Parts: sequence; structure tokens; C-alpha cells
Amino acid sequence: MPLTLAEKLISMHAGREVHAGELTVVKVDFAYVQDWTGPLTVDKIAELGMGLSKVPSHTAVFIDHASPSSFKEVSTGHVKLREYAKSSGCLIHDIGEGVSHLVLGERITSPGMLMLGADSHTCQGGALGAFATGMGSTDIGVAIATGETWMLVPEAIRVEVTGRLKPGVYSKDIILYLIGSIGSDGATYQSLEFFGDTIENLSVPGRTTISSMAVEAGAKCGLFESDGHTREWLRENGREGDYKEIKADRGAGYARAINIDAASLEPMVSFPHMVDNTRPISHPDCRDVPVHQAYLGSTTNGYFEDFEAAARVLKGRHTAPGTRLVITPGTKSVYRKMMSSGLMDVFLDAGGVINSPGCGACPGSHEGILGDGENCVASINRNFKGRMGNPKSFVYLASPATVAASAIEGKLADPRRYL
Amino acid sequence: MSGRAWKFGDNISTDLIAAGRYAHLRTNLPELTKHVLEDARDEFRTGVKPGDFVVGGKNFGLGSSREHAPTIIKMSGTSCVAAKSFARIFFRNCINIGLPAVRVDTDRIDDGDELELDLAAGALRNMTKGIELPFPPMPKVMTDILDAGGLVPYLKKNKGFVI
Repeated sequence: MPLTLAEKLISMHAGREVHAGELTVVKVDFAYVQDWTGPLTVDKIAELGMGLSKVPSHTAVFIDHASPSSFKEVSTGHVKLREYAKSSGCLIHDIGEGVSHLVLGERITSPGMLMLGADSHTCQGGALGAFATGMGSTDIGVAIATGETWMLVPEAIRVEVTGRLKPGVYSKDIILYLIGSIGSDGATYQSLEFFGDTIENLSVPGRTTISSMAVEAGAKCGLFESDGHTREWLRENGREGDYKEIKADRGAGYARAINIDAASLEPMVSFPHMVDNTRPISHPDCRDVPVHQAYLGSTTNGYFEDFEAAARVLKGRHTAPGTRLVITPGTKSVYRKMMSSGLMDVFLDAGGVINSPGCGACPGSHEGILGDGENCVASINRNFKGRMGNPKSFVYLASPATVAASAIEGKLADPRRYL
Repeated sequence: MSGRAWKFGDNISTDLIAAGRYAHLRTNLPELTKHVLEDARDEFRTGVKPGDFVVGGKNFGLGSSREHAPTIIKMSGTSCVAAKSFARIFFRNCINIGLPAVRVDTDRIDDGDELELDLAAGALRNMTKGIELPFPPMPKVMTDILDAGGLVPYLKKNKGFVI
């Protein structure tokens, strides 16, 4: 029977061929936590009493959400995670290493893997052809201790994206457009699977932006086939040997198909307070929306090419008076490359402020919390009320280039004017 | 289990349930519980009584994987979350911590209605309106986890998953 990507990847870990709608126990290749969900996971592992970690070399702790910490209570949680890493022998990526999913994308995530993380954006791993999904602290504690979990094999939606993206339009605009079309629960419990020539032409960072936001449509995962771009990424990161061919079967059964004409897309903006509340930048609602803070970073747009796209717009220009520009590199290697390539100078010359690598202001606890009544346009993944730390503020989601153009004009702006 | 209904709208995110600005309280759950659903409906956290029901619209619990969100709903004394639909991770988290989450037509529940949950019968009773709202059966593994009181006690009992 022809299999979807989700069916194929789950079957590889179930020890038998499974199909959409079946329940199965699967072997977990890699499980990880971050500092907001990890302390509770450590408690659950202790409560379970089935050992600290089944495979410590395939278990990881990331201190990325509050990095470095700005609260004593969070710092105490960090102490607990460091102690757990020491006693279990698992991997630890401490402050300044970067966002878990992005670091894993550089070092671990490979086609054919099954990965679980105590973070909803774990689905980002799908960009590299891995089955990756987020779960809560207890589920991840169990996966770490036993090496297994149970899951429902999801139905899949086939998203076919064809045509050439116009200059100034990016993969972020594709995923915002898709979520705007199907809604924030349009793919609940389902696997979003991406095909078509536009997708084939996207780099791994471009695919990462899309897969990270699969959960914003409710999806369990956002999957891509592996190909030349996957191999190239792995080679750039010194691990070409991790390449494996992962393709969906021709004739596999999809619950529905969605076609997107990439050539007709414009830069997109999600308005407060829902990700699916999207408008193209030419929409009248986008006129004269003041921007107090422009934010670049997050797991969704945290790789080098995301910052490069913003720098292309900002080079030789400056933020508008009254508009702040805050930048958080996704990983330490992105940070280094931003220094060596001169991007840091472009951002500093433009009036930007640069945080240490990590989740930065995206989850709302530090490094750029908004004031009452302020608007932020951000290259992040969520704009729920209170997301960036203040329920009386307003978050607009857009591509890094749109964020950069908006920083220059001090209001929502079309990046195509600057390219 | 019975109590009054607290109605919420569609798309109640985990940021509305357990806000990111209180992340420093995640290692102090009783303190975090004092802020449960604060940004969605502020009077809930002080008015909720043991046995009460959180009643949402569609896509309840969307957003982050933070298990703290259902955990502090449970710690507030809430006996059950009822909604038209749930986000995937939130639903799974509810079951894993032993908090019943049921999918019913919540348009037939008004704020303040007296509700009673009958898990065995697969129905939520609206005592105020005298109607019974059935919910779809869960997979056996989920009812077993819920019956055991959560995933940790389930695994202690079964030593593994029984599908």
C-alpha cells in the first residue's frame, strides 16, 4: 500500500507497516526538553522510577528560553536541569548555544529519524525529513526513560506549492498564507506534507520556517522529502553521512490536497491575536500601522539566511525614530557567521540591538518585552495575546524582510521597495 | 463529578491559560495556579470552586506544549475541560495528568449552568437545561491512562504501553 511521509516514517519506527488512523507504539530516536518544560520532565522521570534515561546520548537538555536567565526561580530550574544532565549523562546545550530545534537541525536531525521534544515547535525537524513532534513534559519524560511512546498515525494533507516566488516573498509568506487559508485548527491531528517545485527550490532553512509553523495550523508534523538541498545542508554541517532518501510513495492516500500558486503570493502579515488572521501587505489594513519594536529571530526565522534577507533591506539604512530593532541569532554558529560576514555591522549601523543566541523575546519572558499599547512586528511564530510578555501589547507576524522594512519606516511596510 | 460551567470562547491559547510572563513560577505550581486563565477571564482564578468545569469553544489549548497549562487548570479544582475541539498537545497533556477533556457541543452550555460528567456513560449532563451531551469515545489507551489517574501511574501499573 503506498504510504504518505508520516506513514512511512512512523512505520520505520513501529516495526511494521502502519496506516492513518492506527494506534501504535514507536521507538523514539531522540528526545529533548528545554528550560521551561524540562524541570517538570525531570520530576516526572523521578516519579516514574524507570531510570534517568534509556539512551543518554540520544537525550538532550537545552537552556534556550531564558538564556541567560533573568529570574532567580528560572535560574533554579536551570540548576535542576544541569544536575539532571550530569547524573543521567545526557547532552546539554547551555546558555548561548541557541534554540533547541535550530541547534538540532545543525547537529543531529537527519532524514528518517523519529524525534520528540517537550516544545510545540519540535515539528520543525520535518524540514530535514524527520518525523518530529512536540509533546508535554510527562510524555517526553516517558520517552526519555523508556525509549518509546504511543501515537495515532495521522492523516495527511498534501500541500503542493508551485511557481517562482517573487523577490521579497519568502517561505514565511507561504506558511502564513497557508495558515490564513486553512485556519489555526485547519490541520489538527494531521500531517502537513509539502511538495512541488517551489518547495524543491527551497533551502533547508527555508523549509525549516515552514515546518516550524505546522503546529500553528494544529498539525502534528510538517514534513518534507529529503533531496539535494537536504544533502547540501548536511554536508555544510559536516555530516553528509547522515543523509537518507525519504520520499512519499506515489499514489499515497491524502485526506485532502491544497494547491498554492507561489508566484501570486505577496508578503504576508498576521494581525493580532491569531496566526490565521492574515493579510497581504497591500491590504488597506496594513496602512499606517505604527511599529514600536521590530524583532528578528526565533526558531522560525533564526538561521543565517533569515538574517541575511533582513540585512539586504537594512544595509545603509536606519530604523525610524521611535522604532527599536531587536535581533536574536538562532544559534551560536549563526551568531559567528553574522559577525564574520559583516551582518552585525549592518544591524548595528541600522540602530539594532543584538541579544545572545536563544529564544530571545519570542516566548515573552525577557530580552524585548513590549510596553502597554505597543506594537511589534516580529519574524516569530505566534501572536497570541500576551505572547511577547504583555497582554496589553500587539504582535504582528511577518518575514524577516518585512520586519526590516517596517523598522525603517516605523510602520508596517512592504520589503519590495528596498530590494 | 459536578460543578458550574465557566464559559470561554474559541481559541483559548496556552499563553492565555499560563502566560509566558509567569514562566518564572513554573517551578512553583501553587503560585502559578493563582494566575490560571488570567488573560482570558480574570475572575475565574478567584471564583473557581472544586468540581467546576472549564467550557471552551473550538481549538481549546492551542499553542505551546507547556503541560503547566492543564496542570494549573486541574490544580484550580476544575474537574473537567469541555470544548467543541482541542489542540492536539493540550488534549494529550490533559489525559496524561488525569484531567478529563471531553468534546461536546458547548453551544448548549451557558455560563453558570450546573454540569455533571459521566465518563463511563460517555456523556456530559447539563442539569440546568436537563439535557445530555454525548462525547465521542476515546481510544482505549487513553481511557486506561485516565482511569489510572495519568500516564505515570498507568506505566507504573503496566510497565509499558498496552495498545
